[in-house]
Amino acid sequence: MGVWIMAGITFREAARKKILWTALLAGLAFLLVFGIGLRFQVGDFRNSAVPPFLRYQVISAMLMIGLYTVDLLAVVMTTLTSVDTISGEITSGTIHAIATKPLARWQILIGKWLGFVAMAGVYVALMFWGTIAEGYWIGGVMAQHPVRGSLLVFLECIVALSVTFMFGTWFSTLTSGVITLGLLGVAFLGGWLEQMSGFTEGSRLAMVGIISSLVMPSEAIWRRAAFEMESPLSGSLQFSPFADISIPSGAMIGYACVYLLIALGVAVYHFGERDL
Amino acid sequence: MRKVFGGKVAVRDLTLTVPRGEIFGFLGPNGAGKSTSIKLLLGLARPTSGEAFVLGAPSGDVEIRRKIGFLPENFRFYEWLTPAELLHLHGRLCGVDNSKLSERVPALIDLVGLTPHIDKRLQNFSKGMLQRVGLAQALIHEPDIIFLDEPTSGLDPLGRRMVRDIIRAQRDRGATVFLNSHLLSEIEITCDQVVFIREGEVVTSRDMRKQHEEAVRVEVRARKLSPECVSGLSRWSASVQVDEERLTLTAQSREPLPDILRYLVDAGADVYQFTPQRLSLEELFISVMGEDRGF
Repeated sequence: MGVWIMAGITFREAARKKILWTALLAGLAFLLVFGIGLRFQVGDFRNSAVPPFLRYQVISAMLMIGLYTVDLLAVVMTTLTSVDTISGEITSGTIHAIATKPLARWQILIGKWLGFVAMAGVYVALMFWGTIAEGYWIGGVMAQHPVRGSLLVFLECIVALSVTFMFGTWFSTLTSGVITLGLLGVAFLGGWLEQMSGFTEGSRLAMVGIISSLVMPSEAIWRRAAFEMESPLSGSLQFSPFADISIPSGAMIGYACVYLLIALGVAVYHFGERDL
Repeated sequence: MRKVFGGKVAVRDLTLTVPRGEIFGFLGPNGAGKSTSIKLLLGLARPTSGEAFVLGAPSGDVEIRRKIGFLPENFRFYEWLTPAELLHLHGRLCGVDNSKLSERVPALIDLVGLTPHIDKRLQNFSKGMLQRVGLAQALIHEPDIIFLDEPTSGLDPLGRRMVRDIIRAQRDRGATVFLNSHLLSEIEITCDQVVFIREGEVVTSRDMRKQHEEAVRVEVRARKLSPECVSGLSRWSASVQVDEERLTLTAQSREPLPDILRYLVDAGADVYQFTPQRLSLEELFISVMGEDRGF
């Protein structure tokens, strides 16, 4: 019961943060720009000699870039809204009135985590499916497996959330935010390096990417999501930046799930042991 | 209990017993380890060594917290809540059902004098108003023991009186109140018992209900004080000083004071003033703690 009360109040608390509304506004602006861009491209194609097959591939690539933007927005928004929920409340003393109530520390942490999971779920659902809908209604294209794609983007948000919680039980808000964003940066760079290694079959470059993904698997999850959503043809033709050059395996997604659970477990353990 | 942060000893060797149903004052200078001690008792921090039991359960026990109320020193909570929403939330966390909460919440808001502000958000509240809400949340589940950390520091005199009345009412319904305050005058008129701590150790304690058993200094202003009369006072006091019309003596308790006054009058002295004085808590505090050492 305590877990759900904490989840509810955390969801409401998170929903009041300016960063969430800023991210939502940015998301709406993105959907607007994306929709206008798609409409212009479709209009331009009508007056051009570009064959329908190629038109479809271009619009599909635009959809993938749009979904990648949603992915980045969702992960950064999840990190920034949740970064002070543990460390900030410890510093301000807000946690004292809660932690002396009859609920275990793990219930407080898991309740807060669930609140942010729900918020990330709502954000991903709105933005991801908004983009998919625009691609379908304006551009006439559909992702290959949008449900799998959206679930993977959601998983990526939860991984970032769990890592943010883990550092939040140790460090100040600023420090844990910098560390988490730094790890996301490492994963971003590593993912693209691994992708680039596919062109030259460079195993050393690929190794850098793999190690980066092991340190923080967020970008690997996105590349798997891209693989699931791209049409097999455009993927194999390497027509988009997310073409099937280096595809993270199912084992990597399994690793990401274990990684998430370990980060959350460490957060629960350390929050339960530390002085408040 | 002992608590060490890094190399710094915050609580050296705290040993105390708080009787049930009493208002217990916890006094000490800044940095004496009062807040850390409360955190240890509430399970917010773990002792480096030693242990504490609250209502018979180890400190930090989750279930026993249903019987514990706590007002932190600087009560803060989500500022977008109204007082009623905050109390409902804390009540639900304590396992109070909604039907009871619908009665208790408005009653408590009224008790702490915030009914006119019931629909305002906490972000518009002053420190004193936040403290009133904090006190209400500490009482929402009718706890058996209430820890109050500086409950009156942000309040005006009327607010202090209100808190004092609430504390006494809690004691009268059988609850124990553990009160940490810098306001010695408040402690003096509220508490049943006080302990003084310094550097995380209990230095001394005082039972406020047994003040009549404590030594009393008496100042007398009188004429016609004969040497025989003064020497006769030795049966009640080992310390008698005379300076012209001013006589000072120390009695072991308040009990013999009527006999002393009667003796002086019967001995022919014209008594203009007879003033018993006991050490105030502030004087005792200073005598125990010494001068300000920059804590």
